[in-house]
Amino acid sequence: MDQDLEVDRVSKRYNAHLAVDALSFAVPHGSFFSILGPSGCGKTTLLRLIAGFLEPDSGDVRIGGHSMRGVSPNRRPVNMVFQNLALFPMMSVGENVGYGLARRDIASTEIRNRVAAMLKRVGLPGAEGKRVDQLSGGQKQRVAIARSLVLEPTLLLLDEPLGALDLKLREHMKIELKQLQADFGTTFVYITHDQSEALVLSDRVAVMSAGRFEQIGTPQELYYAPHTAFVAGFVGANNRLSGTVQRVDGDIIELHTAQGLALHARCTEHVVAGNEVEAFVRPEVVGLARDAAGLATGTPYYTGRIESLLFDGANSTVLVREQPTNTEFRIALPQTGQFADLRESEMIVFGFDPERAISFRGGNDGR
Amino acid sequence: MADRLRSRTTATLAGDLVAPHMRLALFLLLAPALLWLLGLIVLPHVDLAVLSLRTRVAPRTYELGFGNYRTFIDEPLYWHTFVRTAVMSIFATVCTLLIAFPAAWYIAKIARGRAKSLLFVMCLIPFWVSETVRTLGWMILLRESGVLPRLLVELGITAKPVELLYHDTTILVGLVYTSMLFMVVPLVSALESLDDSLIEAAYDLGGNGLSILRQIVIPHAAPGIAAGSIIVFMLTLGNYLTPTLLGGKNSLWFTEQIYTQFITRFNWEQGAAFGFLLLVLSTAIVWLGLVVTGQKFGDVMRRS
Amino acid sequence: MNPFRVLCSVLATVLAAIGLTTTALAQENKLRIITWADYAPAEVVAQFKKETGIDVEVTLSNNEEMISKLRATGGAGFDLAQPSQDRIVGPQQEFGIYKPMDMSKIKTEQFIPSMLDATKKNTTLDGKVYGLPHIWGTDGLVINTKTAGKVGDYPDLCAADYKGKTSVRLKRPTLLALAFSSGKDPFALYNDPKAYTALMDDMGKKLAACKANLKFFWDNKDQLLNGMRNGEVVAAMMWDTGGWKLNSENPDVQFIAPKSGALGWIDTFALPAKGRNDAAAYAWINFNMRPEIAAKVAASAGNFTASKGADQLMDPKLKAQFAKSFPEAALKNIKWYPAVPAGIEDIEGKVLDRVKASN
Ligand SMILES: Nc1ncnc2c1ncn2[C@@H]1O[C@H](COP(=O)(O)OP(=O)(O)OP(=O)(O)O)[C@@H](O)[C@H]1O
Ligand SMILES: [Mg+2]
Repeated sequence: MDQDLEVDRVSKRYNAHLAVDALSFAVPHGSFFSILGPSGCGKTTLLRLIAGFLEPDSGDVRIGGHSMRGVSPNRRPVNMVFQNLALFPMMSVGENVGYGLARRDIASTEIRNRVAAMLKRVGLPGAEGKRVDQLSGGQKQRVAIARSLVLEPTLLLLDEPLGALDLKLREHMKIELKQLQADFGTTFVYITHDQSEALVLSDRVAVMSAGRFEQIGTPQELYYAPHTAFVAGFVGANNRLSGTVQRVDGDIIELHTAQGLALHARCTEHVVAGNEVEAFVRPEVVGLARDAAGLATGTPYYTGRIESLLFDGANSTVLVREQPTNTEFRIALPQTGQFADLRESEMIVFGFDPERAISFRGGNDGR
Repeated sequence: MADRLRSRTTATLAGDLVAPHMRLALFLLLAPALLWLLGLIVLPHVDLAVLSLRTRVAPRTYELGFGNYRTFIDEPLYWHTFVRTAVMSIFATVCTLLIAFPAAWYIAKIARGRAKSLLFVMCLIPFWVSETVRTLGWMILLRESGVLPRLLVELGITAKPVELLYHDTTILVGLVYTSMLFMVVPLVSALESLDDSLIEAAYDLGGNGLSILRQIVIPHAAPGIAAGSIIVFMLTLGNYLTPTLLGGKNSLWFTEQIYTQFITRFNWEQGAAFGFLLLVLSTAIVWLGLVVTGQKFGDVMRRS
Repeated sequence: MNPFRVLCSVLATVLAAIGLTTTALAQENKLRIITWADYAPAEVVAQFKKETGIDVEVTLSNNEEMISKLRATGGAGFDLAQPSQDRIVGPQQEFGIYKPMDMSKIKTEQFIPSMLDATKKNTTLDGKVYGLPHIWGTDGLVINTKTAGKVGDYPDLCAADYKGKTSVRLKRPTLLALAFSSGKDPFALYNDPKAYTALMDDMGKKLAACKANLKFFWDNKDQLLNGMRNGEVVAAMMWDTGGWKLNSENPDVQFIAPKSGALGWIDTFALPAKGRNDAAAYAWINFNMRPEIAAKVAASAGNFTASKGADQLMDPKLKAQFAKSFPEAALKNIKWYPAVPAGIEDIEGKVLDRVKASN
């Protein structure tokens, strides 16, 4: 597959602050690529480098195989959906969508037809005459996307386009975005700090931190096989436990936390006894039982007191304090309704398969 | 529920007991402003209107009629001056707008922190001295034996010192200079409220400088432009010192006619008629301007 | 505290304060004069206060403004005004802004009799006298003898030799001066509006034709004096004091009486119709006409006075300048302004407007 976007060792510095640090990646044609990272990690900066609003200090951006050095934003075959959408309030919906076409000196009847067709495709047929402030949040979203897609760009850049929407609408728009992308087949580069958006939408996700990519991979890779503690902590919910390695047994290590809890986890890095490590245990990996007999045999188990019940339908969890170290664990409740009668401060036992808990050397990328 | 009940009781209490007091207090607080409005704006204008309808027939005897307005129409000098003042004022307003817009753009969008406040202060500088002193300063600079003509000779641009004062251009320069701040301030506030991402979005969608200016910036700043233009136009139309001092023997400004009628001619009736005509003229032009540009006066005043 | 109460007490305090200040003002013994610059020098004001205990509040003005201000208030706001003698009867007829002088309160023996009589005659309306002479002077030509030595009469200002280097005021004296220099007597036509209008129209055309020759129409004295000092203006129609002042700085500049005659004016004392302190006004008049005081005021104004005996006390330099500007014949040829009848200024005004608009 040919690459629509190739970013080659691009750096951007704001005074002393290195916002984008020698980043390289490629996005193949027709794919949905997300960049996921915490606020301030340089996502917008990277996107603006691609769109052409910023010139990289070093490195090169290639779009459709052509170097974009010295090409101004209005000449790049990329369009951007802004963080705040940036619809033109002084124009009608139709004029907004037709703005880019009009700049290309296309005949006005042709523009009218294309705008109408595009509005239909995004589910807003006949909305040309409306004013921007008459639209709902989701409709604005669709107009913003339509305005860019009508230009048939090689690449569509989206900067947290769902950030301003409420949760319900966000869930809905997520699905719509995915369908739109599949429909149009346009390459999307999507920025978000919401890991669920990234996981649901993307073919591939890059996790970004402090101007660099921690890991690029499919959502599944990121979730099940994070390469760094940062990725493990950032993608999906996780119990994070730091401690000192006591024993190394193949790729299973035993570590002791500062509170004195002993646990086993997998470690892909080379560690020796005495190293500081961080272990991550996903809530759904931990098994819960009223007594030890209820747990899978052969795995270590712990006793704990229920601190609080966090009921959320299919995503319900409990907070448990391991006794006697008082370490907090978040544990997913099985869907079976087996623990529907659980009460706060009840004592329970829990355990997990060390193979499914993962650990990294601590210290350098602590978060 | 309890909360709502409680707030209802307070509301009723306020309505029954506190309100009359508060209303009176509010009225008293507003009284100075209302008196000011009535006493200094409405009443003089009513007086002016009445005065303008009296024509002197003999010492201390007056007759009601439109004689003063007829004089205005019959005497080409007066309406020539009137039209000239209007045209020059419009021209000065346009010039001010053209010069102020880039400056306002720079202040609103490009300058940051210290530079920004410094630029604002620079717009204020002309107001640190009174209008008279400011205008006299211009005269010192521009008159035949002044600084600028001498500089022109030194630079070999002119053979002899030229008189730069007493031209229409000089009047325009003076008017634009005096009006600058009143244009820059509403423009800056209008442009500051323009989201940068709109400009970037337009640029991203293929727009260039000119089309963005025409389709995004100007429509957005239109209320600010209208507000600034109205203020500058009114100030210019009503300016007295600058046109008279800088214009010299050819100045011919309508306010000067009014002054002459009132002060040197003792013809208050004629002066009042002129004053009223000026009021009508400025109102008409502002109204026309708003209609032509499709703005609403209320919007303009709120936005600026 | 109840905001209503607070507001009430604030209002009460403000009202009380206003009441106090107004009564205080009313009780004060004060004389409010509206006059020309230099007619009430600080030294004289201080001496008057020492002798009588009366405070003098001076407002500087000119003929037109004096009349306008008094008209606006119906003659209130000042206790004494000093318009030129020709500007009393007309405005009085029209607006009733003055009150008659009580001659019994005036020490008439302090005045030069001929001048007092002439002024009384010019300012009498319905048998009542409204003005007394104070300072007099002339309008003529100020020329730089080095660069404009040949200027001898008003029309010379319009000679091509001095293109762009002369100046006059865009005021009635200029029209009158042009009329005299054309051999007409405008004063004789004062009571024949038709003939006067025709004459003024002619003079307006003359002035309009001359306009291109003028540097500017001067409006304030300093503007002209500066212009003459730096050579931008070489000859102008102006009053004598300005000329003599420049002469003291630069002997090349002289005030000359034009061939067709200088225009003579007398500034007067007149009582505004609603003056509050007539006693103080009379005291000021009598005080001012004492020779030694009159001489001081004359020196400050740079002009001569109607006070008998002040002549001997005048600055010899000024006297010499006067003698040089006014040989016997020129003195006789001074055209004294007669009272301006109502309506005359309207005729002149329209003409002046047209001059201004012409190109
Ligand atoms: N114009 C600028 N000048 C200086 N520093 C800047 C500038 N723009 C951004 N930065 C800094 O660069 C870093 C990256 O900014 P960027 O806007 O790319 O973050 P982001 O990942 O998009 O964050 P968010 O999710 O909050 O939008 C931040 O630390 C920010 O403070
Ligand atoms: Mg961002």
